[in-house]
Amino acid sequence: MVTIEDIIKEENKVFSKTKLLTDKTFSYCPGCGHGVAHRIIMEVVEEMGIVEQTIGVAPVGCSVLAYDFMDVDMQQAAHGRAPAVATGISRVFPDKYVFTYQGDGDLAAIGTAETIHACSRAENIVIFFINNGIYGMTGGQMAPTTLIGMKTSTSPHGRDLYNMGFPIKITEMVAQLDGVQYVTRQAVHTPAAVRKTKKAVKKAFENVKNRKGVSFIEIVSNCNSGWKMTPVKSNEWMEENMFPVYPLGDIKG
Amino acid sequence: MAKIRGAVVVDVERCKGCVICVNACPTNVLNMSKEVNGKGYSYSFMENPEACTGCMSCSMVCPDVVITVYRMKVG
Repeated sequence: MVTIEDIIKEENKVFSKTKLLTDKTFSYCPGCGHGVAHRIIMEVVEEMGIVEQTIGVAPVGCSVLAYDFMDVDMQQAAHGRAPAVATGISRVFPDKYVFTYQGDGDLAAIGTAETIHACSRAENIVIFFINNGIYGMTGGQMAPTTLIGMKTSTSPHGRDLYNMGFPIKITEMVAQLDGVQYVTRQAVHTPAAVRKTKKAVKKAFENVKNRKGVSFIEIVSNCNSGWKMTPVKSNEWMEENMFPVYPLGDIKG
Repeated sequence: MAKIRGAVVVDVERCKGCVICVNACPTNVLNMSKEVNGKGYSYSFMENPEACTGCMSCSMVCPDVVITVYRMKVG
């Protein structure tokens, strides 16, 4: 008879936390997709053996403290300016693997110009764009990516097309630019989606190695606190409502 | 016939009780505890350890990376 103690042995270990995540507990709400996104980026960096060559740029937003959790060289940028800071870093250190990690309030609102121009200049960086359709950190206000009809604290009756316009599909926009090599939209809510996202992250870092220009990975995520749902319900809501507007899959490259 | 048995270890103090792992488990091994941890969160535990195959679905989706997975061949 095999007991649990027989199974829980070092030689049988198949999954444990990567060393590139620090021992700090994530500051994110229970069930937030940021944690999984952090993990797979750090796992890819570890597996590719590029720890010493990787420099990340943290945004403003919930993930502003990403530099506390990712145990690689990190820089924090002003709101929305992560692609501009990453441009500087990658030009000074052309052999480094430079990535930005940004939310939708950072990348798709205040940082739209920096994002588009960095993409257009074909900077050799990876941009991770976590899209949850809301400003999570400041209390669930409406973001440019908020869906039509979606309730937020600044659109309590739902986003109204007449007053507030359409959600911005920044990933499709940057796919039009010649400086961008690889554009994909993924999610991290199921084991299968996480595995696919990890493959995309790996491909993006390989593009940096081959100096191919910008790789842009959008990760559609949940914000259960901002959406006022349980984590499991928010993932279901995301599948039903976010994915029709933000369909998953490779867009370019 | 060789059978695959698995087991998971949850870092109880870091678990935030989001229930995503319970939902992701294909063999219904995990459930939420009645007790709470130091932060007041109910945490995930193996309610039905015999059914665990060590497939890592729970650890793949765990947002706080608190699950360690073990797997071995039996018989």
